[in-house]
Amino acid sequence: MKAVGNTARLWLPPLLLIILLLGLWQLAADTGFLAGALGLEDFLVPSPGQIGEVLWQDRSLIAENAEVTLVEILAGFGIALVVGVGVATALHFSELLRRASYPVVVASQTIPIIVIAPILVVWFGYGIGPKLAVIALICFFPITVNTLDGLRSVDPDSVKMLRTLYAGKSQIFRRVEAPAALPYLFSGAKIAVAVAVIGAVFGEWAGSERGLGHLMLQDNAQLMTARLFASVAVLSLIAILLFTLIGLAERALLRWR
Amino acid sequence: MTVSLSGRGVGHSFGDLTVLDGLDFEARPGEVLGLVGPSGCGKSTLLELIGGLRQPDRGRIEIDGKEGEDARLERCAWMPQKDCLLPWYTALDNAGLALRNLGRSKGEARAEAGLLFDRFGLAGFEQSRPDQLSGGMRQRVAFLRTLVSRKDVLLLDEPFASLDAITRAELQEWLLPVLDEKDHTVVLVTHDVEEALYLSDAVLALTSRPGRVAASMKAPSTTGFPREQVVTDPGFTERREELLALLRQSSPSIAGGAR
Repeated sequence: MKAVGNTARLWLPPLLLIILLLGLWQLAADTGFLAGALGLEDFLVPSPGQIGEVLWQDRSLIAENAEVTLVEILAGFGIALVVGVGVATALHFSELLRRASYPVVVASQTIPIIVIAPILVVWFGYGIGPKLAVIALICFFPITVNTLDGLRSVDPDSVKMLRTLYAGKSQIFRRVEAPAALPYLFSGAKIAVAVAVIGAVFGEWAGSERGLGHLMLQDNAQLMTARLFASVAVLSLIAILLFTLIGLAERALLRWR
Repeated sequence: MTVSLSGRGVGHSFGDLTVLDGLDFEARPGEVLGLVGPSGCGKSTLLELIGGLRQPDRGRIEIDGKEGEDARLERCAWMPQKDCLLPWYTALDNAGLALRNLGRSKGEARAEAGLLFDRFGLAGFEQSRPDQLSGGMRQRVAFLRTLVSRKDVLLLDEPFASLDAITRAELQEWLLPVLDEKDHTVVLVTHDVEEALYLSDAVLALTSRPGRVAASMKAPSTTGFPREQVVTDPGFTERREELLALLRQSSPSIAGGAR
């Protein structure tokens, strides 16, 4: 009973808030207040109910495109995870490399993705390549910077202690630095997965034949506002789902915290 | 027996700040050398110098006649002031770290470190996480971790400083026979004069920065008697007062003597 109570206490507030917001939106749309205030036709300002209706009607079309986008997100995020952790580890072990390339790592984050995405499409075509590049680029920074900070967060006394207990560099890495960096890595991954969804949409907007971003662009052009919002809802759901999955993995792996 | 550890004219500076100057010391196997001094006098730095974690700017430190940094690191196990137990390992795995680093399997390391848990009053806590242990138990696990390395020289940096007075007294009484029965050379840093006299065979009192030897004193024999009896013995209290007076003289003033 207690577990049920705790779960309810955890989920009830966000659920109630979402229901309240949706209710207000529904009310504002139904009464024509929103459209009136914006000076628009009613169909341009769909209510949550209408969005839900479209979501159900076009469920197979939306699911198809959502799957494409989800695969892009997972692959791009995966690439960023592997490269980010690898780069962070390399920078951690080499002072020279760290000083030399840290500005480049930071610069990678200042690249305006919207501008570079079309160029990537020109270079790599309409396939999955440019999307992966955009997502990986956007995810790389939070993962790398957080992991590097984590690796360097270790108490120097712990390292000294291990050195007097026969530990070499690789053992110090395995026994203190990597475990100490894990919580930081998870924080970075959570930020990364949330922005990965945005990256996927940018990538698809720059040029694609499938995916939720592609569908949104079409619906926007055809003024199918309700389905546009339906795609947005599904995208949010994907982001929340992935975020939650990382949180669960974090709890399973970081039992000592 | 031959001298295991010796220092001659040891001095060290951090930039312009000289923390240690012209220190001579020595210890034989089985001996406990106590280092006392006001905070900031470089006691902890001296331990790191002995352990090969740093190289002294001046003078030489030898262990078993070897002077090199790596040779010293090879022979010393260091117990830092904070217990530095790793939160992602159980008490048992923390204790067996040295063996794992030597390439022994998890099972072997656990079996060997586990042998000492009973003797150290830690039986039943093998699988506990460090944050589930009391302060006194954490220090015992940290000491066990140091001992399991089987190194000849143990460097203990204020091992009980973080504990309350009662636990500290208990652990001192517990540590004394443990140190006595082995042939380790032990260097014990403490700011507690009584602890130094109780646990050590010889005590070196350092002046405030830069740390120089203010006095060197043989400690009274304490083994085999209850701690309360030892520390209230007139011979013991006399030396304690003598050391305290020396330390007081060597600190410029209470206000100015802070770090």
